[in-house]
Amino acid sequence: MLKYIMKRILAIIPVVIAVSFIVFFIMDFVPTDAAVTALGDGATEEELEYYRDTHGLNDPLPVRYVRYMAGIFHGDLGTSYANQMPVWDLFFDKFPNTLRLALASVVVTVLLSLPLGILAAVKENTWVDTVCSTISFVGLAMPNFWLGLLLIMLFAVNLHWLPSTGAEGFKSLILPAITCGTGNMAALTRITRSSMLDVLRQDYLRTARSKGQSERNIIFGHAFRNAQIPVVTQIGIQMSTLIGGAVLTERVFAWPGVGAFMVDSIQKSDFEVVTGFVIMLAIFVSLVLLLVDVLYALLDPRIKAQYSKN
Amino acid sequence: MFKKQQNRVRIAKALETKRTSTPYAVSVEDLTVHYVTSKETVKAVNGISFKLPKKRTLGIVGETGAGKTTAMLSLMNMVPDPPGKIISGNIQVGGLDIRGLSQSELKRVRGKEIAMIFQDPMTSLNPVITVGDQIAESLLLHQDISKQEAMEQARGMLAKVGIDPDRAGEYPHQFSGGMRQRVGIAIALACKPSVLIADEPTSALDVTIQAQILHLMRELKEENDSSMILITHDLGVVAELCDDVAVMYAGNIVEYGTLEDVFNHTKHPYTEGLFNSLPNIHNRVSKLQPIPGLMPDPSKLPDGCAFAPRCPYATEACKAQAPYIKHFSESHLAACTAYHDEAFAIKRRETE
Amino acid sequence: MKKEKDTTISVKENRAVEIWRQYRRNKGAMVGLAILILLILVAIFADVIWDYNTDIIDMRIGNRLAPPSWEHPFGTDNYGRDMFARIGYGTRYSLLIGFASVLIGTLIGVPIGAISGYVGGKVDNVIMRIVDTFTIIPSLLMTIILVSVLGTNLFNLMIALSISTIPVMTRITRASVMVARNNDYIESARAIGAPTATILLKHVLPNCFSPILVQATLRVGSSIISAAGLSYIGLGVPLPTPEWGALLSASKSFIIKAQHMCLFPGLAIMITVMVINLVGDGLRGALDPKLKR
Repeated sequence: MLKYIMKRILAIIPVVIAVSFIVFFIMDFVPTDAAVTALGDGATEEELEYYRDTHGLNDPLPVRYVRYMAGIFHGDLGTSYANQMPVWDLFFDKFPNTLRLALASVVVTVLLSLPLGILAAVKENTWVDTVCSTISFVGLAMPNFWLGLLLIMLFAVNLHWLPSTGAEGFKSLILPAITCGTGNMAALTRITRSSMLDVLRQDYLRTARSKGQSERNIIFGHAFRNAQIPVVTQIGIQMSTLIGGAVLTERVFAWPGVGAFMVDSIQKSDFEVVTGFVIMLAIFVSLVLLLVDVLYALLDPRIKAQYSKN
Repeated sequence: MFKKQQNRVRIAKALETKRTSTPYAVSVEDLTVHYVTSKETVKAVNGISFKLPKKRTLGIVGETGAGKTTAMLSLMNMVPDPPGKIISGNIQVGGLDIRGLSQSELKRVRGKEIAMIFQDPMTSLNPVITVGDQIAESLLLHQDISKQEAMEQARGMLAKVGIDPDRAGEYPHQFSGGMRQRVGIAIALACKPSVLIADEPTSALDVTIQAQILHLMRELKEENDSSMILITHDLGVVAELCDDVAVMYAGNIVEYGTLEDVFNHTKHPYTEGLFNSLPNIHNRVSKLQPIPGLMPDPSKLPDGCAFAPRCPYATEACKAQAPYIKHFSESHLAACTAYHDEAFAIKRRETE
Repeated sequence: MKKEKDTTISVKENRAVEIWRQYRRNKGAMVGLAILILLILVAIFADVIWDYNTDIIDMRIGNRLAPPSWEHPFGTDNYGRDMFARIGYGTRYSLLIGFASVLIGTLIGVPIGAISGYVGGKVDNVIMRIVDTFTIIPSLLMTIILVSVLGTNLFNLMIALSISTIPVMTRITRASVMVARNNDYIESARAIGAPTATILLKHVLPNCFSPILVQATLRVGSSIISAAGLSYIGLGVPLPTPEWGALLSASKSFIIKAQHMCLFPGLAIMITVMVINLVGDGLRGALDPKLKR
């Protein structure tokens, strides 16, 4: 098992190299000049040329790429053109906020989706099922950022219950977490429902019933334990998109996270930040996916046996 | 925890007041079970009756789809609903009227009074729970013991069915099919039920393992003084284990009697057909005589005798009216219209 | 020879008739299809219904931020423009971006997936590693980066969205090609020495049509949402173009005074996406009756 985890961690390295290559390559197409971003529009041509020279911007792409990659392994992601801070520090300044929002959102999603999905499966083809699937159908079509705006409208503007922006204290976390959380609800409810439906047909539930077990324990103790793999997979996917992709929600609520900062940097053409952030996010996304695979082993002894074999 | 225990005692007391004394472990009268969907009604069990005296073993024989499993699930009130519905019938297990029990009373009966071993050991064990825990689960449900005590008893059950108790912490996928069925037996017998239903317990296993499992079941049944109902389509297994035999066809019991009655004094044409389709070890040159045709679709049963379309003796009367129930002795009966004619006899010679 | 051709055509027609018969049974999908056709008609004839300059762009400052009324069912915006006309006209942008980006993504993703799944081995391995790498980068971020690199306009937004559609289509095509490839009739086509391209185009891909079509339809909805999101943060279609995301972006400053500005564009997105998903669900049911949900 430990060997498996080590192997998987090592496998992240080529992913990082590939991701950084793609991002580096795309960024090279950008028509904007990093020197202008750094020195501002007022700089003279000589000043710009000097900056390009000293920062190695005139070197060919492969040279710059290799130099950059060498830096990564020393924890050096370069320096922001816009505010001259190390990208590494900037990332870890923003990342805790993003992580906090992501975790809170996952909690909201899980608390809403699992009961709904299980209920819909147990009461298949009844009105309960119809209501559950309608909720998730509407949720699937709802743009996240619009839901955020609606929540601000209702709870911040009209009712004055909660703050609409910022990241201070628990109260300001509520609306962004509900926004992201309910946005992911539709998908997780659907997956929970279909996974439970598969399991509810299994023979071993009949065995449990024949022992005199109660329906509640059969559903939660026996059935749900077997339905968890697809559910955990989906939660992992959602967690990984939240880590890098809560851009819009962060924007709507002025949440000082990674995504919003990246969009700012893109708009300021601060591409050193963009490159570094994407690489760091890829690492964290890979770690989340690894965590999901490790969870599989804890949930299903058959998978654990498979890991140990390899 | 304490409240749970009190509850258990209260329900057990309520159960005792409902119990009537009876010499029968199981008695079923006029049981009818249908599966009702918007498209069709599958008539799985159509008015069967039988009585199983205590400590005896009843074999239920019939083709796939004859309603054997549905009838047995009814004994535990476990027919999946929807779409299954017990339309009519009086079901008594150990003197308890199963259909008159509440959900919480039923939970006390299942596993304790009556338990079941299922057909496919590959799918009837929960893959993510250790076998020890799956056995201990029944024990914890029916006894006031701690988890450790339950686990200790579960290990004892494993030893009893011939599995090393130290494997209690392993998962079903780590066992072979035969071993898993042993676990299934351990689960069913953990609380020493007075009635044991075994639903084709060996049909998913290798032939060499089958004998071992059957032997084990008989041994434990005798040790517990329980009664057993064995569902099978294997007449050899019936001859080996059973005292009484019920032959089912399309949701009806067509012949019922002791092993001697049914095997050596066969009366029903369908039972005769079953025997004729077996290879005869004494006469290796004779051809097998399979019963022609197929069992009718249970959602479209014919009006008269359901076996008539395949029966070599069938007359117009068979197709028009429900079969005549002829009692040959106190223990032996067959449902066949042909016996209106006193002179009628099937071809199979008696005591072959 | 000619006769043979006729029968194949009639078989295809029968299949289409059969699919339509199955589809018609799903009431939700029929309602969805009806609304979707209406929306497409509005998108096509937007210039006939409204005059772009006078109805969509010209400002009437005297009537700004008016709440919904008979004259302006969705109210007016901060420049006094009729929100109903602007949202109605915006239909064409969302539908165009949604369908075009998925079409481009499908046209590129399907051949890549087909080759990957059919050829297998090293080729498959390399292609799938590249696809994996793209999925590690959160797709919305990828789209944002691409748009900012290419420059912000309608066409580039479409291209960026189609690039994030490619991995999705590649995956689904590869999976279904791998299943279809193992069918006996493909084996026999290979055995008689039919060229790979012929086998792929004539025998394999037609069998993968259903999952690809269903996935593509559902993808249109998510592309429309992504496009609106990008416009919302100013990286999609810029104002004063009445794209729905851009309309929402403009509404944020007036969230206290004129909440109708925020409500209706969002509703428009939601209903459009819902309608497309209904059609997608209906198609899934009609093409694969075994797979209900």
